[in-house]
Amino acid sequence: MNAETLRERTREFLDRNDPATTDRLEFLRARFDAGLAWVHFPEGLGGLGAERELQNVVDQELAAAGAPDNDPRRIGIGLGMAAPTILAFGTDEQKHRFLRPLWTGEEVWCQLFSEPGAGSDLAAVGTRAVRDGDDWLVTGQKVWTSSAHSARWAILLTRTDPDVPKHAGMSYFVLDMTAPGVEVRPLRQITGEAEFNEVFMTDTRIPDTDRLGEVGDGWRVAQTTLMNERVAIGGRPVPREGGMIGPVARAWRDRPEVRTPELHDRLVDLWVQSEALRLAGVRLRQQLAVGHPGPEGSAMKLAFARLNQELTGLELEMLGEDGLRYDDWTMRRPDLVDFLGREAGYRYLRAKGNSIEGGTSEVLRNIIAERVLGLPAEARVDTKVPWKDLPR
Amino acid sequence: MNLLYSDVEDQLRASVADLLADRAQPASILARCETDKPHDLDLWRTLTAELGAGSLHVPESLGGQGASAREVAVVLEELGRTVAPVPFLGSAVLATTALLGCEPADGELLGALGSGRTVGALAVSLATAPGSAFPSTVEYTDGVLRGRVRSVADAAAADVLVVPAVGVDGPTLHTVRVDQAQVTVTPAVSLDLTRPIADVTFDGAASTRLTGDPESALDGALWTAAALLASEQVGVADWCLTTTVAYLKDRHQFGRPVGSFQALKHRLADLFGELALARAAARNAADAVGGPEERVAALLANSLCSTVAVHAAEECVQLHGGIGMTWEHPAHLYLKRAKADQIALGTPGQHRRLLAPLVDLPAPR
Repeated sequence: MNAETLRERTREFLDRNDPATTDRLEFLRARFDAGLAWVHFPEGLGGLGAERELQNVVDQELAAAGAPDNDPRRIGIGLGMAAPTILAFGTDEQKHRFLRPLWTGEEVWCQLFSEPGAGSDLAAVGTRAVRDGDDWLVTGQKVWTSSAHSARWAILLTRTDPDVPKHAGMSYFVLDMTAPGVEVRPLRQITGEAEFNEVFMTDTRIPDTDRLGEVGDGWRVAQTTLMNERVAIGGRPVPREGGMIGPVARAWRDRPEVRTPELHDRLVDLWVQSEALRLAGVRLRQQLAVGHPGPEGSAMKLAFARLNQELTGLELEMLGEDGLRYDDWTMRRPDLVDFLGREAGYRYLRAKGNSIEGGTSEVLRNIIAERVLGLPAEARVDTKVPWKDLPR
Repeated sequence: MNLLYSDVEDQLRASVADLLADRAQPASILARCETDKPHDLDLWRTLTAELGAGSLHVPESLGGQGASAREVAVVLEELGRTVAPVPFLGSAVLATTALLGCEPADGELLGALGSGRTVGALAVSLATAPGSAFPSTVEYTDGVLRGRVRSVADAAAADVLVVPAVGVDGPTLHTVRVDQAQVTVTPAVSLDLTRPIADVTFDGAASTRLTGDPESALDGALWTAAALLASEQVGVADWCLTTTVAYLKDRHQFGRPVGSFQALKHRLADLFGELALARAAARNAADAVGGPEERVAALLANSLCSTVAVHAAEECVQLHGGIGMTWEHPAHLYLKRAKADQIALGTPGQHRRLLAPLVDLPAPR
């Protein structure tokens, strides 16, 4: 499959399915069935077994024709994490049941990994799944779950064998979020709103046919999910001042009365670093385009989190007295994080999460040091003892 | 905008690196730096005559290699990585670029500089930032030069100086042969042992006055050098990180390799991240030389890369512990280069002040 054949195929599809006259959902289903959803997936599962890069050809043609998309930001967890895991570990039946409504957005997915006692140390998860005939009974608590309140399905990491070392005793399931015993509670954050949820499961029944991968192999399945999360976070091209430097630079330009020499030097320094981070992203994509992905990506999130925090802190100081006010503490459940639609105080508080979510900056530093620089791992005491005997 | 290294650039880097691995070992550099010949001119002649490194961005019509500033940057990266004591910045970057800015350019002198037969230097203080006022410490009256310039990079190795001087009708630019009694070059005790500076006195020195616009020729040389020095700083930082990582894998204390302690490995992870940003900025600056974004790219890169290089060198000394404080270990050569480079062609603070109006971040009042 080359770009020209694919372009031709996309045009033929558009001839048969006019976006202007076709119902949005019908159009998306037809697109999936035509293999144009994600061309690198296999035929029959929304793809054509083509190179991942060729997706751009399809997307360009469809965008030019004014076709609706599947609102990828809203269903990011399904697309970026659940789908590749189901593809890698699912049975044929599971793949055919789940992937189509996942991709069209008819069924939203969420991820049940982190727990109050298993954050950076994800392999410590304690949500128990106990075999009961053809089913499993699941009891436990998950946290930091975005979209749980709108999700139909979840990918779930559980402890099935507490008597073996932590990495060996986990199993991975698909959970029906409408099943009895599943309770979703909003988790209010320091910003006042609740982007995330806590999810409680009490004797929730999961059929064994909804298991992904072998019993006890959950850690390996979860690694696939997490690797795909990193790919998804990889970053898009942004223009100069496209990131958090934008509102700060605009505030500086709009409000001459706030300018001091000290703020000026900090602002220009952060402008320099923001632009260098943007250029490093450009460079990373250039490396990818020639087939030589560099290891720098892992470091970019570190810089991104630090700069967001420094910039938003500077912005509040720049505002002086107005920095004493906050736009709105009302508890809400937003669908998406909107940094730029809120005011400086919100940005300052929400940016604190940037160095925690998706791997804390401390864990990222370990990853860079050990996997990129090849430094020896920290001595560990938790990998050889049964999970149930670990201090907690 | 291409921020990668092309195949040709990689080949150039490999040739330069091979030569330097053979001829610029830390022990020999250390031994040389306290002699009265701190520049390794034999190495310089090999770099220029055999690899063409002295005239990379000189057009072929003027006897050069016809390459671009990007290739100059790659060589600077390797020279930073080895702190090889050759007059590349003074001769092949500052003096050569100033000569290229003259109209017409002196092809004969450019050829001599490019081949390494003659070494040049630009007679301005190494601390001069681009955009500075035209230097006025040297006067051009009655057809001769009088005055003094402090802190000239690579002047001690130079046969010819490119000298800005103020005449009765304003700024002028000259070439001056050093082998005349009216020119005195006094080596300074330099912080940077591998790029020594010298003070130059002109006492009625004979010169050849260059034609063209002396202000733009001088300023162009300073902008190009500021843009390209960022790549040297990347080379310095890269050596410091690589060397420190290797040491922390090997060094044991408390029964463990010290690199297994998070308190240390996190610092190296941070440096790795800083270096990723610095490299992108330095490549961008080299790519932008001569284009509309040249100044923004140069100021961005130099202010960032100089800070990263100093941080890397300081971490290198600290994380080596006691051995990092010794004269015998080469870490101090890199610290001295990094700190001197931070001042060279303007400090980060000066660069940020120059950058601000170019990106519409006006200073207070």
